[in-house]
Amino acid sequence: MKVAVTSKGSDLESQVDPRFGRAKYIMIIDADTLAFEAVDNSENLNAFKGAGIQAATLICDKGAEVLLTGHCGPNAFTTLKAAGVKVVNDVDGMVLDAVTSFKNGRYTFAEEANVDGHW
Amino acid sequence: MLISVASGKGGTGKTTVSTNLAYALGKRAVILDCDVEEPNAHLFLNPEFEETENVTTKVPVVDMARCTLCRKCADICRFRAIAVAGKTVLVFPELCHSCGGCFRVCEPGALSEGLRELGDVEKGVSGDLGFVKGTLRVGEAMSPPLIKKVRTYHDLSRINIIDAPPGTSCPVIAAMRGTDFVLMVTEPTPFGLHDLKLAVGAVRILGIPHGLVINRSDMGDDKVRDYAKAEYIPVLMEIPFDRRIAECYSRGGLIAAMVPEWKESFMELFQKIQSQVLS
Ligand code: SF4
Ligand code: SF4
Repeated sequence: MKVAVTSKGSDLESQVDPRFGRAKYIMIIDADTLAFEAVDNSENLNAFKGAGIQAATLICDKGAEVLLTGHCGPNAFTTLKAAGVKVVNDVDGMVLDAVTSFKNGRYTFAEEANVDGHW
Repeated sequence: MLISVASGKGGTGKTTVSTNLAYALGKRAVILDCDVEEPNAHLFLNPEFEETENVTTKVPVVDMARCTLCRKCADICRFRAIAVAGKTVLVFPELCHSCGGCFRVCEPGALSEGLRELGDVEKGVSGDLGFVKGTLRVGEAMSPPLIKKVRTYHDLSRINIIDAPPGTSCPVIAAMRGTDFVLMVTEPTPFGLHDLKLAVGAVRILGIPHGLVINRSDMGDDKVRDYAKAEYIPVLMEIPFDRRIAECYSRGGLIAAMVPEWKESFMELFQKIQSQVLS
């Protein structure tokens, strides 16, 4: 199963980026083998609006089934939900630890977005 | 003639100037309240409204039975108002700028036109004065299309006083663009000066003749006057701080209605504007 994690760096030892749409990297990680792809999200970093929607689309396209992040806004949440991607909010610490915690079933999935959009 | 009344920030007395000026001109004028997020000219002019128009904007609605998930809509939308997520297409109406791009590129014809409500425009009279008011729907973020709609209610056989929203961003530009004169209302304080400079910058880009009203002119300092002089911006009126004016305002009254000399002053203000426009 593929897991997406917002990250401040491009490897598994990096810290989770609490921001979703404007995270530096989006890590797409195979939860079983830990093989990963670090997707550079910097183009989105400067997006005026809709960064969350764009990042959410990217995650859907990469085939991730779960997103681990800090705060996911309402539009991004709606997009992910439509594609059947489950969201875990308030994740912090190292990317690798987040994936391990997820595998050990220590997270609960969000029912709704935990930050308001900003427009 | 189209006169927009603007200020770099709120609370400078912009509405005091626009409503009193409109009142003084009476049947020769129409006031258009384009401060659609917080219209308040009606509080001073107590108009009777005769008609209301709902203003909407076009947003796409997706028919998933026809959609091939080709993504062309999502790719062309600069505002990310339409997104392909898994096997569905999502529309975020509040982000849509109604540019029509997605409709043009959707080959299977999966998109039809839906409507998002922006607000309404009311039209009426306050005595002999024409009165038009735009009100943005609560929660709606895009005011320029509504402001443009309010402006279509102008009457070119009369003097149109456009009460612009405060600030210097898109909504103000929508209210000032194409007007014959911008009357800028400011206060002689450092904040007033700072915001005035921004407002002047915007007006100069639009290339519209402009002049200044200094409100509470006996407070603060001379920096606004010095700036106006250095930049060749005519000061057309000064309104000193006067308890009667403040009291009148707080009761929702008009100084031009209460004190005949003030009515004359606002008539003079109009004549100065007229000669600026003609010169
Ligand atoms: S009309 Fe324009 S802004 Fe609205 S969804 Fe379509 S492409 Fe985007
Ligand atoms: S352009 Fe039309 S067919 Fe293509 S994804 Fe969008 S709605 Fe579907």
